[in-house]
Amino acid sequence: MKQARPATLLLPLLLSSCDYQSYQSTFSDAATEVRNFNILFVVFLVICAFMYVLVIAFLVATIARRRRAHANVVEAGKHHESDPLMRTGLIAWGALVATGLIGLAIASFFTDRSMASAAAHEKLSLTVTANQWWWDVQYNASDVSKTLRTANELHLPVGVPVRITLRSNDVIHSFWVPSLAGKQDLIPGRENDITIVPKKVGVYRGQCAEFCGTQHAHMALVVNVDSYGDFLKWWQQQLRPAFAPATPLAQAGYNYVTTGPCAACHNIAGTPASATVGPDLTHLASRRSIAAGTMPMSSGNLYGWVEDPQSIKPGSRMPTIGLEPKQLHAVVAYLETLK
Amino acid sequence: MSSRFSVSTLALALAVVAFAGCDREERHSRSKPLGETVPAGESPDTILPGGSQPPAPDPRAKLYDNNAPAIAEGQFLYTRMNCVGCHAHGGGGMGPPLMDDEWRYGGRIDQIAATIAEGRPNGMPAWRGKLTDDQIWKLAAYVRTLSGQPSKDSVSSRSESMSATTPQTLTPREPVHNSDTAER
Repeated sequence: MKQARPATLLLPLLLSSCDYQSYQSTFSDAATEVRNFNILFVVFLVICAFMYVLVIAFLVATIARRRRAHANVVEAGKHHESDPLMRTGLIAWGALVATGLIGLAIASFFTDRSMASAAAHEKLSLTVTANQWWWDVQYNASDVSKTLRTANELHLPVGVPVRITLRSNDVIHSFWVPSLAGKQDLIPGRENDITIVPKKVGVYRGQCAEFCGTQHAHMALVVNVDSYGDFLKWWQQQLRPAFAPATPLAQAGYNYVTTGPCAACHNIAGTPASATVGPDLTHLASRRSIAAGTMPMSSGNLYGWVEDPQSIKPGSRMPTIGLEPKQLHAVVAYLETLK
Repeated sequence: MSSRFSVSTLALALAVVAFAGCDREERHSRSKPLGETVPAGESPDTILPGGSQPPAPDPRAKLYDNNAPAIAEGQFLYTRMNCVGCHAHGGGGMGPPLMDDEWRYGGRIDQIAATIAEGRPNGMPAWRGKLTDDQIWKLAAYVRTLSGQPSKDSVSSRSESMSATTPQTLTPREPVHNSDTAER
């Protein structure tokens, strides 16, 4: 026990690893909301810590006083009359608590206001629908030919207020990209929304923050904050239908994917595969990860995932089909052309 | 004193033995064995030449019948694969109802799995090659809940996803009749 105490004092040192520049961090300053929230957090921390230290100091002082045989005064309830200093002290204490609480309320009000004002200047509208255990992403546009569907990866232009409508197809999930925004639940049968104004170009990781079933831990998404030009380039590229297979091997894969079991769940724009049960695969190979952030995108991981998803993500809705090696080579060759 | 002690010991021992019965289901995320779980070749149809008996139930039926995770997965597939489009939530429409007591092609789980895998005349598509055998068996397990066949402790009182139907635990159990004709 005695050795444990100094070790506990060292625990705050672990906080130093909370690098605010990192991939997934609540201490980030990559979006206006997160910046404002961090300021609010510091304000709350400082005021509450000050009050806490004060209360503890009074407590210690009281214990010390009691030892000096002043015990009867408090118990007799006559401290007001007997000690004018105590009376002033109590009034000052009340005033201090009131001032502190009003200060916190004002700080919290302004943080709220900044979020609401961002929502009023929405420039881009997205719908993110959570499924067990992946994210369906749709970019809305008044021109239907400009709407696009992708999965598990967001691209956002820097500095543009983005309103994300959150829905769920099954159970309650929670959308959490700590570097860019606070948590917001996705609830089946209703719509929530969240507004983000990303301020820094970069790649951020988000994940589901509400336990949603066996593969809750493997339900992540990647958010790319791009410059406006890069974002438009990405948008144009995503709007294109899938490339036609160029090699005989990819053609064999195309035939299998668009007529076999893959097409029962997945959509590949421009091919007969047009189901909406699973993630959209039109530009699968342009994404950073597969299986909702479970593994980085690579040939090897694609082979593993397509051949036996149930060993990588047991319980997920992608079934293990038991592809023959020949079919597997063809399917992966085709999927890799989906840039 | 000693007799009371032995009675309570006996009761405790019995309670421990009763725990052995707590083996309700097995969760398996893969077909076992891969690729051959739907009855292939010999179809366990009710339409059999010369009045012969249908084949013995498929041994794999045990893996899926009364298996809560399989039934829940089956329910997911039932809506996502658009079984609802023809059979509604059991009441039928373009396709025959699944909540009544009549089974044109047999009401056993292996017979239902065969119906889903091979398809049937007048519109039922064959799902073999589109769904895995494991998925087809799970669907069959769910289809049986529509007429209240599985035990009440294996079905859910509250669906995992949005649903407008009554809870599966309240579904009345229908008898299983084989209807002889495809037309009514």
